[in-house]
Amino acid sequence: MNDLRKWATETAKSGLLEVQEYVRLCIAAAQGVVSRPFYFHDLVEQIDVIGLGSLTVVLLTGFFTGAVLALQSGMTLDQFGARPFVGRLISASMIKELGPVLTALMLAGRVGSGIAAELGSMVVTEQISALRALGTDPIRKLVVPRVLAGFIMCPILTVVADTVGMLGGWIIAVTQLRVSSGVYWTSVTEGLYLQDVWMGIIKPFFLGFVIVTIGCHVGLRTSGGTQGVGRATTNAVVAASVTVLVVDFFVTRLLLAMLFGA
Amino acid sequence: MRKSLADFGLPVELAEAHAPVVLFDKVNLAFDDRVILRDVTFDVRQGHTKIFLGASGAGKSTILKLMLGLLKPDSGTIWVLGHRVDDMTEDQLMGVRHHMGMVFQEGALFDSFTVGENVGYKLYEETEMPLSDVRARVDEVLGFVGLSEHLDKLPSTLSGGQRRRVAIARALAAKPTLLLYDEPTTGLDPMTCLSVDTEIVKLRDLERVTSILVTHQLRDAFFIATHEARRSSGGAVEVVEAAQEKIEQADFVMIREGRVAFEGSAAELRHSTDPYLQTFLS
Repeated sequence: MNDLRKWATETAKSGLLEVQEYVRLCIAAAQGVVSRPFYFHDLVEQIDVIGLGSLTVVLLTGFFTGAVLALQSGMTLDQFGARPFVGRLISASMIKELGPVLTALMLAGRVGSGIAAELGSMVVTEQISALRALGTDPIRKLVVPRVLAGFIMCPILTVVADTVGMLGGWIIAVTQLRVSSGVYWTSVTEGLYLQDVWMGIIKPFFLGFVIVTIGCHVGLRTSGGTQGVGRATTNAVVAASVTVLVVDFFVTRLLLAMLFGA
Repeated sequence: MRKSLADFGLPVELAEAHAPVVLFDKVNLAFDDRVILRDVTFDVRQGHTKIFLGASGAGKSTILKLMLGLLKPDSGTIWVLGHRVDDMTEDQLMGVRHHMGMVFQEGALFDSFTVGENVGYKLYEETEMPLSDVRARVDEVLGFVGLSEHLDKLPSTLSGGQRRRVAIARALAAKPTLLLYDEPTTGLDPMTCLSVDTEIVKLRDLERVTSILVTHQLRDAFFIATHEARRSSGGAVEVVEAAQEKIEQADFVMIREGRVAFEGSAAELRHSTDPYLQTFLS
């Protein structure tokens, strides 16, 4: 019984410590954004790595999600004679939910793991200590540019995913479901409210922020050599993916209340 | 004999010429239940060499990390270059670190940067120095450690000894007044060790850098303590047996289980009757 209590205490303490350190990192990153020194060329580099580097995977994910959504929903809508409304279903699904979440999950896999592995390797080879010894704050040099790049690029990539998703849906609607282009695009625009667009654009800012900060946090707390780097990479992807879904739920609830008064 | 801050008449202006460059006063550090340092007290004078000896895990490297402010002590005070670093914030520490250089155990070179970018990193990122001046200084220090032709190579393509010399060049680039070496020769062959030792001696004597060395390689420690670098009238640099006055400027500190077990000159260390020291030296 005592062992169980001790284990529970230790687990709770280490969990709280992780949360405390994560919050401290987020605060330090926020301070780094608004104070000098600011490493602008690292921001540009990270925008390239996180944004342009993720473009292919986001394009493919968005396109095929929109296409398969059209295929599946076409059959279901047929049962109600509502095939012409396929565009409305795709635009609402992609812009409000699937675009932001799937883009974020792709980024968690590609960017979150990459950041954790890179920073983790730098920790175990003492490169982070070397940076500090050379007078550079690792938060400002490594974390701030990545967080800003994630914060900026996640919404942009989401808009790209939404767009190609609707294009994928359009191709399937026209070629497989025999819905005319005009009907499809009219349905797409009719199904959307301005609040939906706001929701689809605001959510990725939060998701991009958590993916990158979790990657940085896990990477900077790596220990245990190369095995530790592998563990950190896995932990970063798992933690970021789960957090994306949790944050998506709470932000959606908040935005529904703010935008729709629901 | 253990000294305290009062022995140095502190608070004093540590930046004054006579004052210690580094001063540890009854420093204690523990990680959870594991005690790393107990009541560690010592000082380092301008232009002198301090050599920390001890078995692996004795706490030698931790002392260097405390000097840099990479770790904070649980108690005691640490003064470096006239500043009390044990209660400084990270931002304040950056100012002190600006005057220090550190050679890490495995070099800790940035593996995605070339040799030239590694060496010029501090000047490029943390100073307002024009790029042409940075390039000139990088060429100068790489020439000093004999690696000019490796400017554009990645560290992974260099040998272990070359990487250590690049690490020395990087630490040297911003003209520090205090250089810390963490096991700079561990894992290297005897010939490469000698070349690294020679660089340390040259730096200390020609660039007038106060040196603090952590090692468990006795041969290297005694070589550095008993040799000096001179520039001949023709400009050539030679490393020769040091004069007595120079030898006396090198102090040895033996760290044993986190405590200072011995502090004195090379001769005092050699003639110590302490059984542990005799075992370590044998």
